Amino acid sequence: MAIASFAESGADLQLTGITKRFPGFTAIEELDLTIPAGSFFALLGPSGCGKTTTLRLVAGLEEPTAGQILIGGKDVTSTKPFQRPVNTVFQSYALFPHMTILENVAFGLRRRKLGDPVGKAHEALKLVELDHLASRRPAQLSGGQQQRVALARAIVNRPALLLLDEPLGALDLKLRRQMQLELKTIQTEVGLTFLHVTHDQEEAMTMADTVAVMNKGKIEQMGAPEELYELPRTAFVANFLGQSNLFTGEVVASGPDHIAVDVAGVPIVVPRTRAQRHAGEIAIGVRPEKVSLLTSAPLPESGRNVLGPGRVTDVSFSGVSTQYLVDVPGVGELVVFAQNMVFGPVVQVGASVWISWNADHGFGLDDDPGVVPRFVPDASTESIAIQRRIALEEELEQA
Amino acid sequence: MAFTAFASQATVEQAPRKRSWIALVLLLPGIAYLVLFFLAPLISLIITSFQQPVLDGDIGEYTAGFQWQNYTDALGEYWPLVLRSFGFALIATVLALAVSYPIAYFIGVKARRFPLLQSLMLTLVIAPFFISFLLRTLAWKQIMSDEGPIVQFLKTIAILPSDGHLTGTAFSVIFGLTYNFIPFMTLPLYATLERLDTRYLEAGADLYASPFTVFRKVTVPLSMPGIISGTLLTFIPAAGDYINASRDFLGSSSTAMVGNAIEANFLVLQNYPIAAALSIVLMAVILIIVGLYVRRAGTEDLV
Repeated sequence: MAIASFAESGADLQLTGITKRFPGFTAIEELDLTIPAGSFFALLGPSGCGKTTTLRLVAGLEEPTAGQILIGGKDVTSTKPFQRPVNTVFQSYALFPHMTILENVAFGLRRRKLGDPVGKAHEALKLVELDHLASRRPAQLSGGQQQRVALARAIVNRPALLLLDEPLGALDLKLRRQMQLELKTIQTEVGLTFLHVTHDQEEAMTMADTVAVMNKGKIEQMGAPEELYELPRTAFVANFLGQSNLFTGEVVASGPDHIAVDVAGVPIVVPRTRAQRHAGEIAIGVRPEKVSLLTSAPLPESGRNVLGPGRVTDVSFSGVSTQYLVDVPGVGELVVFAQNMVFGPVVQVGASVWISWNADHGFGLDDDPGVVPRFVPDASTESIAIQRRIALEEELEQA
Repeated sequence: MAFTAFASQATVEQAPRKRSWIALVLLLPGIAYLVLFFLAPLISLIITSFQQPVLDGDIGEYTAGFQWQNYTDALGEYWPLVLRSFGFALIATVLALAVSYPIAYFIGVKARRFPLLQSLMLTLVIAPFFISFLLRTLAWKQIMSDEGPIVQFLKTIAILPSDGHLTGTAFSVIFGLTYNFIPFMTLPLYATLERLDTRYLEAGADLYASPFTVFRKVTVPLSMPGIISGTLLTFIPAAGDYINASRDFLGSSSTAMVGNAIEANFLVLQNYPIAAALSIVLMAVILIIVGLYVRRAGTEDLV
């Protein structure tokens, strides 16, 4: 067999110029990506963005149209899946239905003719706390248990690189939290390189050291979760990772530290370092939780941006915070998240309000303003319904 | 488990019992049919197998009796034919499996993305049924006849001696059996392979199994239901077949199978008790073999 020993530690993964075309469409376009050894890397994106294809290319289940894949410095582009030091936790788990749990976990070890496959399989099952079910068949286990078996079956081989294809998608919230913690613990304990593919931004942000946001076969932005959230570079990232209020306007003043953008006649100040473009028509934004809601016109204050007055068009209570939709004439609808410091909402629908935020919290995008939507009403019931439908369709596809 | 094709699962939940006359009434035609056309002839056959000849009677005249010797006589005279039947049937089943598996795999797995090709190929598998079984077998007799191109060719390249034949040999009989039962093997294989989840194959490859190991450890075990039904559908009728081995078709007296002996005793020699005894023996042996096979294949841990 190809590899007759355990990987000492995780290996780094390098993709250079990867392109994958299927008949009729291009799934991945000129993708360059380096994942350092031992890191937990998340590929985040909506369905159809090419993230699962990327994973399958790394696993060897698809062949790239162009480009190179290097694992631990070795070119594996033309090798078959069984020759690669990579294991996958499949979205569907793909546990062999005709084998016991123990045999499923020992499968990879037996293929590589490693000593004591049964003992090692038991150890891996203990790690996921399922050793007592070793003699059962996959069909007799719950979804969460099957997921843990799939994980054990992959990590027991100590692959240099572990690929996770939305493995937590089918779990309920509580179990998912638990598994996220377990995965993270295993990753630090075993020191493997994890490549995690998901469309769940929260999952990506809580688990990964580095997140790459993918869209239409390209990586839009890559970085630490905080960095991506606080300083999105494109409108797609700004709206895919959380929500954003976006504006477009001409740069009217440019100082050494700040630039000012004309938004419906009001100069909105953005720190120069947080803006990708510094001249001409640009798109800027601010996160809804950075914005505060005022019931009277605030006094002009340097370092704060103010828009208003506007009318509250929707108030929705979500426990920790309340979300307000504010329609500002000439600007459009804005979202504001306010923490529930008092009982109930501060203002009601129809109230006249001003919104303001610290100028240091704004960010400027790299997109051409023409293509940036003023405000993506991601919070509207309609878009939530669409998201639910996409999630359901994905589940159905798996079934 | 592997046996869904023939046995129901052990853990089927009992439906709550309801006293329902409707169910019984609906079952009645089926039960009546079985009693009339299966149970009654079977009992009649058993009775016939113990009959004894009438003293000073005509040929073919028998009376009720309890003549055990019918069985010892039948086996004593025809045991080589019984052995040959099961040997030929076994070889034909293995050959049919070897030929059918790749066909079924191609139609059921590889051609999945091309439904038109899939249905076309399935039609081709079934197409021979549109022509009578007898005609097709006779056609093979023509093709393999001494003047036919195959024999001529084999003689030219000296595989067959100059006085050799193909018809009337064990080869042609086994060939005929294999050929005639390939659809019965292919269709159940196709039915299971068509449902084979290729994600298991990917998982196998991901876990360091070479394509051959994936086939051996994943594909074959997962297609076990089809393999079992296909082999049974081929083996059982092949063991009792008397057309292929008959001297009018592909066989000769040296290739006679038990079916030919039964036919001869019933229709030519009018020795009904011996024919009936042979039929019962054939049935019993098949039941035992199939029972053992099913038991082994069904309980074996298919790992």
